[in-house]
Amino acid sequence: MKAGSHLEKVLASGEFAVTAELGPPKSADVQVVVEKAQILAGYVDAVNITDNQTAIARMSSIAAAKLALEQGVEPVMQMVCRDRNRLALQSDILGAYALGIHNILCLTGDHQTFGNHPTAKNVFDLDSIQLVQLVRQMRDEGKFLCGEEIRNRKRDPIVAPRMFIGAAANPFADPLPYRVVRLAKKVKAGADFIQTQCIYDLARFKEWLDRVCERGLHEQVYILAGLTPLKSAGMARYMRDKVAGITVPDEIIKRMEAAKEPAEEGIQICVEQIAELREMEGIAGVHLMAIEWEQQVPTIVERAGLLPRPHPSGESGPSEEVMRTES
Amino acid sequence: MIVAERKPLAEIETALNGCSKVLLVGCGGCVTVCLAGGEKEVSILASLLRMSAQAQGRPLEVEEATIQRQCDREFFAEIREQVEECDLVLSLACGVGVNFFAEMFGDKRIVPALNTRFMGAAVAEGMWAERCLGCGDCILDRTGGICPLARCAKSLLNGPCGGSQEGKCEVDPETECAWQLIYERMEQLGRLEELEEILPPKDWSRGHDGGPGKVVREEVSI
Repeated sequence: MKAGSHLEKVLASGEFAVTAELGPPKSADVQVVVEKAQILAGYVDAVNITDNQTAIARMSSIAAAKLALEQGVEPVMQMVCRDRNRLALQSDILGAYALGIHNILCLTGDHQTFGNHPTAKNVFDLDSIQLVQLVRQMRDEGKFLCGEEIRNRKRDPIVAPRMFIGAAANPFADPLPYRVVRLAKKVKAGADFIQTQCIYDLARFKEWLDRVCERGLHEQVYILAGLTPLKSAGMARYMRDKVAGITVPDEIIKRMEAAKEPAEEGIQICVEQIAELREMEGIAGVHLMAIEWEQQVPTIVERAGLLPRPHPSGESGPSEEVMRTES
Repeated sequence: MIVAERKPLAEIETALNGCSKVLLVGCGGCVTVCLAGGEKEVSILASLLRMSAQAQGRPLEVEEATIQRQCDREFFAEIREQVEECDLVLSLACGVGVNFFAEMFGDKRIVPALNTRFMGAAVAEGMWAERCLGCGDCILDRTGGICPLARCAKSLLNGPCGGSQEGKCEVDPETECAWQLIYERMEQLGRLEELEEILPPKDWSRGHDGGPGKVVREEVSI
C-alpha cells in the first residue's frame, strides 16, 4: 500500500470501484456538505471534493473534505494549480493529511475567466503533472520540492503525507494521440489512479482506451471512467455545445429528447454505460459526477448492481431499508 | 516589440482635468511600429483633445512632439524646453517610456496615454499577439520555438489541458492552443518523443517573481 486509503484498498483488491463527487457550497453552510455526504455514505468508496470548481469561490476542498470524513465518507481532495503556488500547495497537502485526508486529485484547474472572479490573478506555478510529481516526492522521498526533508528538526522523524495520488484525463480533448502521451506523463509523474472527464461517446472513449492499453498504461494505473447522468435533453445539448472537451453523440441527444421522463432516461443511460464500461479491459471503476444531483447516486449504484460496497471496517453495506429511503 | 494600445479618450481627458497646456510626446520605437504612440497617433490624439475641449468650451493648449525613443535618456534633451513650459505631459510611450520620462523630469506630472499590453508582434494586418513573457529562462528549444508560458492561458509546461478543442484555446476560441501548435511543430521536427519528458517546475525567480529585473554587464559599464 502506498497510502493505505480505503479507495486504494478497494482498487488493489480488484473490486470495481465507485467514486462520486461532492461540490462544496458557495457559503459557509456546513449542513449542505453534511447532507450530501450522508446521501453518499455507504454507496460509494470515496467522494471527490471539488476545489473552487469552474473558478467560483466556494468553501475550501480541505474543509469540506474534513466535514465529509466526519460523516463516514472517504474524501478525495481535489487540488487545482490555479489558486496556489508551490508553498501553498505543499502546506495544504500537509494540512489535509494531518486532518485525515488520504486521497488527492491533482488538477490544473479551470481558467479564472470562466468563474465569478474573472479579474483574478492566476497562479499556475506548477501544472497538474508537476503537482503529481510533487505529491509523490513528498510521500515517497519525504522531501519538499526544494529538497528539504519533511521534518521539524534534524533528529525528528520524517512525517510525510501518505497520499493516494490521482490525476484527471480527458479522452475527448484534442489532439487525440497526445492525450495518451499526456496520460503516460501523469503515470510517469506518479499518478496511482485516473478519473476521466465525463464520457458520453463510448466509441471514442474506447478508441482512447485501446491506445492506453496498447501502451500498457492500464496495468500501471487504475482508470476510473467518469460519468455524469443527464437530467434533460437541454442538459445533453448544453454538454455537447458549451462544455469544452465533452462530446455527446446524437444517439444520446435523441434518446433524451424522445424520453417521457428525461431524468429517468438519463439514469438509465448511465446504468447502461456502467455495464458497458465494466466489460472493458483497463477500467478499474467509475467516477459518478452527478452535478447537484447527488441524491441519484445511490439509485444508479444500486441499479448498476454495484451494491453492497466493500466497507472500510469489513462491515456490510447499507441495509435494504436505507437503500429504499434514499432512492 | 512592446505592444500597446491607446487608453479610451474619456480616461485621458479625466486625467487632463484642470490642465490648460498639455504636451503630447510620442515615441519612435515599438509603439510607432504597432501604431499606438508614434508621430501620427500623437497628431490624431492632439486633434481629438483640441476638438473635445473646444466642444466643451474648455481652454486647452495642445503641443505635440515625438522623440526617437522614450527609453533612452539622450533623446529627451530636444524637448526639455517644451516639457518645462507645459502643465502636464501626456506620454504615448509604453510603460517603460513613461517611467523614464518621470525619472527625467522630477517636478512634472507625466500621464500615460497608452496601456502597455505585452511583448509580441503583428500576426495579421491590425492584429498583434503575445509571444514572450520575459521569464528570464528561455525554454523555446524544448517546445519547438513556441512559448507555452506566453501563449498558453495557463502557462502549462506539460500541456495541453483538457480544454484544447480543435486546436483552439478554451479561454478564447479565436486563440490557437499553444500546446496543439507545439505538438504539431515537434512532430514536424521529428522530435515528438521529447514531449514525453516531464518539464520540471520553473525557476520563476529569474523573471519578475525574483524582484524587479536588473541586468548588469561589467564589460560595458563605465
